[in-house]
Amino acid sequence: MDSLSELLHEAKAQGHTLGQMAVLYEAESSFCTPETAIKQMMIHLDTMEAAIDKGLDTPLPSVSGQSGGDAQRLSRQNPRLLGTMAHQAMVYALATMEVNASMGRIVAAPTAGSCGIVPGVLFAVARSGDYTREQMVQALFAAAAVGQVIGQNATLSGAQGGCQAECGSAAAMAAAAVVELVGGSPDAALEASAMALKNTLGLACDPVAGLVEIPCIKRNALCALLSLGAAEMALAGITSAIPVDEVIGAMDSVGRSLPAELKETAGGGLAQTPRGRHIARSLYGEPKE
Amino acid sequence: MRTHKHLSVFDVVGPAMIGPSSSHTAGAARLANLARRLLQGPPRRARFTLYGSLASTYRGHGTDLALTAGSLGLAPDDERLRHAASLAKEAELAVEIVSEPRPEGLIHPNLVRIELFNAQDAVNVMGASLGGGKVEIYELDGFPVRLLGDEYTLVIHSQDRVGVLTSVTNLISEADANIGNMAVSRMRRGKSVIMCIELDAPLPECALEKLRAQPDIKKLTVVEGLRGGVG
Ligand code: SF4
Repeated sequence: MDSLSELLHEAKAQGHTLGQMAVLYEAESSFCTPETAIKQMMIHLDTMEAAIDKGLDTPLPSVSGQSGGDAQRLSRQNPRLLGTMAHQAMVYALATMEVNASMGRIVAAPTAGSCGIVPGVLFAVARSGDYTREQMVQALFAAAAVGQVIGQNATLSGAQGGCQAECGSAAAMAAAAVVELVGGSPDAALEASAMALKNTLGLACDPVAGLVEIPCIKRNALCALLSLGAAEMALAGITSAIPVDEVIGAMDSVGRSLPAELKETAGGGLAQTPRGRHIARSLYGEPKE
Repeated sequence: MRTHKHLSVFDVVGPAMIGPSSSHTAGAARLANLARRLLQGPPRRARFTLYGSLASTYRGHGTDLALTAGSLGLAPDDERLRHAASLAKEAELAVEIVSEPRPEGLIHPNLVRIELFNAQDAVNVMGASLGGGKVEIYELDGFPVRLLGDEYTLVIHSQDRVGVLTSVTNLISEADANIGNMAVSRMRRGKSVIMCIELDAPLPECALEKLRAQPDIKKLTVVEGLRGGVG
């Protein structure tokens, strides 16, 4: 899959969804059958759900002791401002990220630091209606199609492109997934991806003490909201003025121009605030560069 | 033959792994797991030298646990990873961590040297965690190599003598196996070489035995494809 416009063109020509296209692509390029690919994705879906349930079940402190318990905190509260689905998406994203930070088992989507967004949004939407596991798996394939093209043409790594590459890509992936899940067109799915990714351009990767916790955990929850918003706009027929492939290109070039301090080195941004440095000192006993 | 590595959809949604960091935890576990496969028999002693970012943040990422778990043969998504320290005790594996946050001439920000020992054998690999749980081994026992661990690979330590290569490839083709990729690394002419041979399918045990019986072959290990995705 070289570009999303090409993929969209093919999908329309064959009357397929993005998810179906991704299944075919995977089967062809990995020399497996479509059924094998679907089975593998089903396993990932189960792992995602297990992580959500585990994160909601017990408050999990992180390895560093700097975070944990927020998923439960948010889930206990009846939402006062958000709708149920948006509230759930944030809760699930937090739960998954807290499992990750406590050395639990998660599915990278596309990375461990951004692993809460896709399952958070997907399970919140799926549990709000009558969706089958098979439909959810197809939605994950749609997400994967978007992520695959981003990875091929830009980057999915915070160390290379900043957090826009991780959480931004995850938000774009999740947006496409839920648009397809609720029956939106492949066009709408990609418009949603474009809008989600546009809204994270320039996002720094600035983890405090170099750990995948602050700001990563809450950033996942908030990117889940972004994703739902982009999907909602796309389902209403709103389109992105900049085509999705060009947004991906812009993300790549913004990533290249971000200074090294904002690409996972903990050398800038939140990591270098007085409190950020204090936390790093309390963990390592010496100032981090 | 696959010439250019494509990105699988399971590199994007997946792999399943133990957090918190795909590069500092899952990648570290994978590197050590690969090193473990290159050692004959279970390790009794392990020394991990962490460089750069791995060195400065390993505690909060559980990199030490991940490396220990990998050397015990645990996969990067094994939930027992967090208990690696007690598992090592049970397995009588002594672990030493050396941390070099700012070495000179760092070729990659997430670099680690893994040394595993037991009574009969030792391995020494230098590898990088590339992100997303992907890794690359650059150096094996002092030889420059390139091992990703995605494909079924034979790693052969052998004398550098005329005809060794031919006899190895002949034995492989006799077993009807197709070579996807092959790299030979030598230090000084006439001394020893390391061959890394990627095969499309596993070699039957009898063919492995025949290879091991070759007088010039000092050691043969198999690194099974540890793909994140299908399989
Ligand atoms: S801030 Fe950096 S480490 Fe945290 S989620 Fe974003 S890219 Fe990953």
